[in-house]
Amino acid sequence: MNYKPVIGLEVHVELKTKSKMFCGCKTEYFGEKPNSNTCPVCLGLPGALPVPNKKAIEWCIMIGLALNCEITQFSKFDRKNYFYPDLAKGYQISQYDKPFCQKGFIELSNGKSIGITRVHMEEDTAKLTHQGESSLIDFNRSGVPLVEIVTEPDFESPEEVIEYLKKLQQIVRYLNVSDADMEKGNMRLEPNISLRKNTTNTTNKQILPSYKVEVKNINSFRFVDKSIEFEIKRQTEILNDGKTPVQETRGWDENKQKTVSQRIKEEAQDYRYFPEPDIPPIRLPETQISNLKSRMPELPSLKFARFKKSLELSDYDAEILIRDNEVSNYFEEAVNIGRTQEINPKQIANIMINKKINIKNITPKELIKNIIGSKQTNAIDEKKLKEIISQILKDNVKAVTDYKSGKIQVIGFLIGKVKQHFPKGDTNQIKSALEKQLK
Amino acid sequence: MKLNELTIKQAREGLKSKKFSSVELTKTCLEQIKKHNPSLNAFITITEKEAIDQAKAADNLSSQGDALRSWEAKPLLGIPIALKDLFSTKGIKTTAGSKVLENYVPEYDAAVVKKLKDAGAVIIGKTNLDAWAHGSSGENSDFGPTKNPWNKEFVPGGSSSGSAVSVSSDMCLAATGTDTGGSIRLPASFNNLVGLKPTYGSVSRYGIIAMASSLDSIGHFTKTVEDSALFFNITAGKDSMDATTLPNPTEDFTKNINKGIKELKIGVPKEFISTDLDKEVKEKFEQSLQTLENLGAKIVPVSLPYTEYGIAAYYIIQPSEVSSNLARYDGVRFGNDRSNFGDEAKRRIMLGTFTLSSGYYDAYYKKAMQVRTLIKKDFDIAFEKVDALISPVSATLPWKIGEKINDSLKMYLSDSLTVTTSIAGIPSLSVPAGFSDNNLPIGIQIMGKQLSENLLFQIGNAFEKETNYFKQKPNL
Repeated sequence: MNYKPVIGLEVHVELKTKSKMFCGCKTEYFGEKPNSNTCPVCLGLPGALPVPNKKAIEWCIMIGLALNCEITQFSKFDRKNYFYPDLAKGYQISQYDKPFCQKGFIELSNGKSIGITRVHMEEDTAKLTHQGESSLIDFNRSGVPLVEIVTEPDFESPEEVIEYLKKLQQIVRYLNVSDADMEKGNMRLEPNISLRKNTTNTTNKQILPSYKVEVKNINSFRFVDKSIEFEIKRQTEILNDGKTPVQETRGWDENKQKTVSQRIKEEAQDYRYFPEPDIPPIRLPETQISNLKSRMPELPSLKFARFKKSLELSDYDAEILIRDNEVSNYFEEAVNIGRTQEINPKQIANIMINKKINIKNITPKELIKNIIGSKQTNAIDEKKLKEIISQILKDNVKAVTDYKSGKIQVIGFLIGKVKQHFPKGDTNQIKSALEKQLK
Repeated sequence: MKLNELTIKQAREGLKSKKFSSVELTKTCLEQIKKHNPSLNAFITITEKEAIDQAKAADNLSSQGDALRSWEAKPLLGIPIALKDLFSTKGIKTTAGSKVLENYVPEYDAAVVKKLKDAGAVIIGKTNLDAWAHGSSGENSDFGPTKNPWNKEFVPGGSSSGSAVSVSSDMCLAATGTDTGGSIRLPASFNNLVGLKPTYGSVSRYGIIAMASSLDSIGHFTKTVEDSALFFNITAGKDSMDATTLPNPTEDFTKNINKGIKELKIGVPKEFISTDLDKEVKEKFEQSLQTLENLGAKIVPVSLPYTEYGIAAYYIIQPSEVSSNLARYDGVRFGNDRSNFGDEAKRRIMLGTFTLSSGYYDAYYKKAMQVRTLIKKDFDIAFEKVDALISPVSATLPWKIGEKINDSLKMYLSDSLTVTTSIAGIPSLSVPAGFSDNNLPIGIQIMGKQLSENLLFQIGNAFEKETNYFKQKPNL
């Protein structure tokens, strides 16, 4: 039987505000002395009260805006009641029916739109460490601002999930609101995975499977891929046997290279949500939202489009250069300097990408200087180069078709071929010439 | 008159003019505690040493060259007060009246405690209360019931039982309390005291062990209305640690106190007096109305039709919040474990857990919140017609110890005249209104719109000046 994966994602992003969500304590906990950044509020001592962090709320809304969400003008916090030793108050302050942001989307490179159900604000829990018979609690993490981003079950492959995650990571880094480092735990994700029969019938497509499996413990992009692949295989086998997979929470076990059952969820846990009485409802007037919008930096998708359009970069180059906001800013600075010296953006992009320039080691100005220098020494005769390229393209038809069908990586192979004729030639000049002739 | 019998105002004058020192005043209070606390059980903790130290410091300050400035900056300099044992006090155990916290010592002061200390107050001890402030009689304390100094066979009212008794038996000059559904007003009326339940949010809740967060109002007991206003000058105001606090008051609360009440319209909600009012309570209430009329006020009948749903809504909202607020007392990091919760706390935890559960939320919590809105509206409409409202605080006289202890519903109903103001978040001032034939105190409450405490003090003071009930003392 042929199945199609139905995958939704819950992502938690820890904000890098100076102070915690509801108190003035520092947010740092990685490598800090346990319980050093705590106070009555984040320790949940009797009588302590939460006061929301304005900056964290603004940042949460900025994330929502970047994900094309509607902003809830009359929002509030709620208490999510449950018992766990890492939860100081016996409840987590979160948002239930009025999250700050709702109904957004992210567009993937294949044109598919992934729906964002909601983006809400909550607080992180303390950290438990188990040592033999005893468990230790470190409250440094208790109360660190956490933004939860929930998608619709729109993903159909691990590749889509990873592309979404990379885009999301890029967005929060561009907004400079989180380091979104998965290994440090400031970006955590929980995919829920199920399978439905592959069908062309559109109404069937809208019916969700009767179960879903949530996977936890994923702290790298690699594990996302592996755990989803594993689940698809595991669930396919169960379905092929005519059974339905159990609704449960599983964890990725890197040693065993598989997911293992952690908790069977018979039904949804009752968190007894109710409006947090210690925090008045929050009104977000249109003016405040537009003010936040105006303070937002250019987002990666827009920068990508601009690099392509006004700087005439290829998809490949633009995509690499926008991955990191700092790199993209460096590039733009170099472009501005290069413009006065007749160095075009394409040349700068080539150098930066091919030579894997570390922007911390060289200033944009120095980079331009180097480009000019290398041009003078290694320039190849344009006419001769054109002839050689024409010949090579004729001899390597498959590479050319591959390139034209989108496998632009093959350009590396072609550059190598050309270089055999000009061992000391400028790679960028060769690459530009190749790209021109391949058009 | 003995020093401990003075009002704050009188003691301040005496201290200022050096008729006596704070140490003398504090010692007289401590003597009174030693003499009568064993039979009244008003205090859980007596902070004798700290109190004497604070009194000495106050005396030092007031004898220095800059004394005048000290008196300006510290309106309670050298005045002995008591704190309900729900107010966190740094280094001094804070029990909430429960065995769960019998050994809990906070590492910080509640915002109000800090303000009172900064104002120069001498903290003489932590007072008894119904455990977690759950109760109307003062009997539900894990440290034994508090007795009414007017007659030790009777309840003093709760939950701020010890605070009320500490003031009515002259063990201190004022005491703090919390009022969630009547916990200041009821004991004030049972003790011949002035009790203020201020506007919700006018005083910081930071550091005060929460009962029901959306209802908890932080107030106090004093002997006179003027003292109440003086005290409120210190406690009221915005606190950056409590997001629900309102902006700082712009006026001195003693400012209008002697303005009189001519031409003021005071409404009598018919739903408050149509129910089974005790005969003597009714009589005293009617006399109070007559007094107010004699002073020039106009008494107007009004209606608050949703009053009858008050207790029902209150006993959904309050336990819901209680069930969540008590979740942290698991004994893992501080305090004793959950087996130490008493029956009443368990009852409210179960009730609240039930009303918040999915499938019941809409039928209970949500509906109660809708009733809350309607009750608020009731008051809004009434305050379009009148300046203030007046009613008895309790439909009955203080009852005998043990009388309602096994009947929760009966106990809950003793708050029937106080809960609606709590639900609406508006202020209410309980003032003495006379005595029953068997010499038990009776009180009335004056209610006003949000932040109308100034007006309540104005009315209360006019009434007090005319009646002088506060001058009568229990025969200990």
